[in-house]
Amino acid sequence: MSESTKQAAVPKKKMTTWEKNQFVYGWAFILPTMLGLIVLNIYPIFLTIYQSFCKTGDFGRGNVFIGLENYATMLKDPAVWQSLLNTFKYAIIEVPFSIAISLVLAVFLNRKIKFRSGYRTIFFLPMIAAPAAVAMVWRWLYNTQFGLLNHIFGTHIQWISDPKIAWISVAVIGVWSIIGYNMVLFLAGLQEIPGDYYEAASIDGASGIREFFSITIPLLSPTIFFVLVTRVIGALQVFDLVYVVMDRTNPALPKTQSLVYLFYQTAFTNGNKGYGAAMVMLLLAVILLITVVQMYGQKKWVHYD
Amino acid sequence: MTGSLKRKQMITTAVIHAILIIFSIIMIIPFLWMALTAFKTVTESTSVNPFVIFPSEWRTDAFVTVWNNMDFFRLYMNTLLLIFWRVIAAVLTATLAGYAFARLQFKGRDFMFSLILFQMMIPAQIFIIPQYAMVSAMHMTDTIFALVFPGLVTAFGTFLLKQSYMSLPVSLEEAARLDGCNIFQTFLYIMAPLARSSMVALGIFTAVFAYKDMMWPLIVNTSANKMPLSAALATMQGQYTSNYPQLMAASLIAVLPMIVIYLIFQRQFIEGIATSGGKL
Repeated sequence: MSESTKQAAVPKKKMTTWEKNQFVYGWAFILPTMLGLIVLNIYPIFLTIYQSFCKTGDFGRGNVFIGLENYATMLKDPAVWQSLLNTFKYAIIEVPFSIAISLVLAVFLNRKIKFRSGYRTIFFLPMIAAPAAVAMVWRWLYNTQFGLLNHIFGTHIQWISDPKIAWISVAVIGVWSIIGYNMVLFLAGLQEIPGDYYEAASIDGASGIREFFSITIPLLSPTIFFVLVTRVIGALQVFDLVYVVMDRTNPALPKTQSLVYLFYQTAFTNGNKGYGAAMVMLLLAVILLITVVQMYGQKKWVHYD
Repeated sequence: MTGSLKRKQMITTAVIHAILIIFSIIMIIPFLWMALTAFKTVTESTSVNPFVIFPSEWRTDAFVTVWNNMDFFRLYMNTLLLIFWRVIAAVLTATLAGYAFARLQFKGRDFMFSLILFQMMIPAQIFIIPQYAMVSAMHMTDTIFALVFPGLVTAFGTFLLKQSYMSLPVSLEEAARLDGCNIFQTFLYIMAPLARSSMVALGIFTAVFAYKDMMWPLIVNTSANKMPLSAALATMQGQYTSNYPQLMAASLIAVLPMIVIYLIFQRQFIEGIATSGGKL
């Protein structure tokens, strides 16, 4: 091993058999993945960028280059900005609530408690259900006239057709669906915190709540950060819930539809691929920006040992 | 002193159980309500006064109707084939590439790996329009191939497997090489078997996300008999808008097999998704 690295450091020397073997096998091993990655992902990125400068020609003609027109239209399109705002509102509910709830549940399940794996199995259940089925049953629970929720609360709230609250109702489904997933990630992180810390704290007479804030949160902060970043990215791409819960005729749709939903409708239902591509570029910019901000922000609160 | 401490502990435990039970109920009620509604008549499901919780009679009419109308057998088969091919393709390609990225030194490796990392940062919607254009240029829309297409390779899975190979000791490979194994034999007989748990994790992760994926199937496979369950269910709600027992019966038929498999293998499921999800 060390011999081969020494030889590699010498420039312009003929490859040894071992190096040649590594080269041939290495490329053979990564070839299927790289070929697929380039055809399915890398090349499409450039195509989408190009597409965002084009409009779909009439009568089935291909792309017609129109420069920045799609972006200019997008800047003035209130539907785009409204859906971006809707997406942010969704994320602002889904991410903090799902993280807070699943963190507390994970801390509880990290104790020696009866029926632990039973609880864990139950909380994780929504994760393996088809989102269409989940959205459908929630739609039924939210039904204004016959829904279970209005019956339990004795109310007559239009959960998903009142533009003022529909986005909250959709985000609640999002929280419900993702709690188990976050919780499992937190549980894995919690298991790596050494028990000594808690022993020392309890000798010092720290309460459970005190322990949670001064031991658990700081020591778990890398996991919390990871979940936060991935959840924000996931929430900004919300589509399934909006698609199934909100009918095309729902009056609350404009105040609820997400950017990805609008992209889907624009590019595939209305066939305006160029404009859809521009929306996706906006989504990419937003996601990258928020992720970079979080990466910088982590220095303030994430403790790596 | 110890008595009061014990009592305090008991109260804490009771409070924790109470909270956990409340959340368990919140998690289960939608599924329960799905099942209860599916066995009701339309009149029962929309009766307000009195509000009906349990069906007066456990009717299977809704199940029979949707089963006949929707050709669930075909939908199951489509979903199964989608999952099967995606898992095979993802695990196979990622195992090979992951090993090369972790353990072989060759020119171009680091640049290629940076492409893998780059792909993982890009939201998947960017790829969709061109991917659809490719499938339709091949005249392959409305096929199983179209469903599988974007999942033929996996940047994330490659990354996952690379991490897993990197954690294995180098001495094993050296021993195999001294015994005269070439690189492929070393990989196949020594290293790949040791990375099995990561392959299982990736397989489960891929299966669950293939099953849940909705947007791509809605785009490429528009004929009803070529859809997987998720997309078929999403398009169904337009057709039976007010017939909730039928909507719930269809949902139940769609989620039940996965739930049963999950309950049997719940430990593998949770650990598989936790290890894959946590290593992103």
